[in-house]
Amino acid sequence: MTSTLSETERLASPPAFQQVSAGRKAKNALATVLVWLSFLIAVAPLVWVLYTVIANGIKRIPYTNWWSQDFGSVLSDEVGGGVLHAIIGTLEQGLMCAVISVPLGLLVAIYLVEYGRDTRLAKVTTFMVDILSGVPSIVAALFIYALWITTFGLPRSGFAVSLALVLLMIPVVVRSAEEMLRIVPDDLREASYALGVPKWKTIMKIVLPTAMSGIISGVMMALARVMGETAPLLVLVGYSAYVNWDLFGDNQASLPLLMNTERATNSMEPGSVGFDRIWGAALTLVIIIALINLIATVVSRLVAPKKK
Amino acid sequence: MRPGDRIFKNLSTGAGIFVVALIALIGIFLLVQAIPALGANEVNFLTSRIWETGDPTHLRFGILDLLLVTIYTSLVALIIAMPISLGIALFLTQYAPRRLARPFAYVVDLLAAVPSIIFGLWGILVLAPKMAPVSQWLNETLGFIPIFGTGNVFPNYSGTIFTAGVVLAVMLLPIITSLSREVFERTPTAHIEGALALGATRWEVIRTTVLPFGKAGYVGASMLGLGRALGETIALAVILYIPRGHFFDWSVFDGGATFASQIAANYAEFNNPTSAGAYIAAGLVLFVLTFAVNFAARTIIGERKAD
Repeated sequence: MTSTLSETERLASPPAFQQVSAGRKAKNALATVLVWLSFLIAVAPLVWVLYTVIANGIKRIPYTNWWSQDFGSVLSDEVGGGVLHAIIGTLEQGLMCAVISVPLGLLVAIYLVEYGRDTRLAKVTTFMVDILSGVPSIVAALFIYALWITTFGLPRSGFAVSLALVLLMIPVVVRSAEEMLRIVPDDLREASYALGVPKWKTIMKIVLPTAMSGIISGVMMALARVMGETAPLLVLVGYSAYVNWDLFGDNQASLPLLMNTERATNSMEPGSVGFDRIWGAALTLVIIIALINLIATVVSRLVAPKKK
Repeated sequence: MRPGDRIFKNLSTGAGIFVVALIALIGIFLLVQAIPALGANEVNFLTSRIWETGDPTHLRFGILDLLLVTIYTSLVALIIAMPISLGIALFLTQYAPRRLARPFAYVVDLLAAVPSIIFGLWGILVLAPKMAPVSQWLNETLGFIPIFGTGNVFPNYSGTIFTAGVVLAVMLLPIITSLSREVFERTPTAHIEGALALGATRWEVIRTTVLPFGKAGYVGASMLGLGRALGETIALAVILYIPRGHFFDWSVFDGGATFASQIAANYAEFNNPTSAGAYIAAGLVLFVLTFAVNFAARTIIGERKAD
């Protein structure tokens, strides 16, 4: 372009302008390369992990018995059977966890945004929610073990797992819901108060519905996250190769627990039964998580406030 | 106040108090359950490296080795993850084309959605064999440095702290990146434009405005990552090989167990309450450790936000 500058433009350019020195140019180029490189470094394992899961998992997924049977009737080194029992466990434990943590988390968020604004308790609560989000899942599991199994004397069960997952899900729900409630304009609340609507009704009928679409996607993301948790499963429930619908008693499988059990008991030679089962289960888990995210997107679009 | 309002207010305030109480409850319950086992312990809990809890009548357990491996693994992960995260955050805020910045950020966030057991299996079954030559090379050329010396599981196994650290680093990337990105985005435009007006190159703009502005946030984000690394359970339980009778000796080619992975690997011993108490004691130490790190991280980030 510089070669085509007209005479007037050349005169207009600042006469004191100096070229960027070679050293500075080189440093700038190096930084640019490094920064691009670090992004690619982050993308590489993601692609690699996904490729591993899909390429190895695809072998068993297409068969109907993968989705309709359990491993109860097949030997541990026998091809066949399916992960229905683990899918049931994963969904049951995840849903039970959501049933407890969504109302609780929502109430905490409502307290923080609507009632506690800038009070000392609200600040402490926000801080503790942040700390709770940093509690390792194994510690949450040990806490439920100490509470549920040692203190109350109740059996290891899928429900105990749900309780441990609640600890991990609450902070995620609170944070995303809080964020969504905060961006609801105050004009809406004030208009409602001006019409004489009580505060709780304003929250239930005006504030929550406005924020609902964002809250739903936050909840679904949190749900997808806890469904992949493994540590609480080890401590709080035993693995069963059979379908077990009972959340409150006996061993119950779930996809992460199945993967860990296969890893511990079966050969991990590529192409062996255990290897195929693990990656099949991993792909199933990824598909379920992707489906939940998809549902979240669709539902949150549907309930989003209509824009003119 | 109308009754409906009172109920609703108390309900939501109660939920807030419940969350605050939850943290205290976790600490109290773990402590109460740990005391009997600590009382029955035949070696010093803090300074012993032995972990033998199979026989409930002769409990011998100390956390020194767990503590060292936990911290060492986390530091290895952090040393790998911190510069890369910084690069990604700078890429997303300063370099990526504006229209693509959001989708790119989403791609990095996807890393956080992969369940950790999948990372663990990928790490030991897929990544570890590929890393063996790298480890070999490091050991041969830099082996005179104790860090790269032949460890207690090298070269027979791939379940080393090195493999674990690399996988853990990948898991930390989205956490450190997302928070740093948020901070870097808030660099005042006037500063950036000022630097540009003075003729700074893009790198000089970053060095003189973005980095000084975002430093505290980046440090806080890295500490949050550290908290996460200290507590990571199943990925490390899957990857790290526990050699019998050999303790951690500062080589990245050592195996070993972290607090979390030790508990996860020995869940079978939870059938008797005394042995379980030993693991609960270890869990309590992990809880205190992560609490302290998260507390510090949140304080750093909170201070910055208050400005």
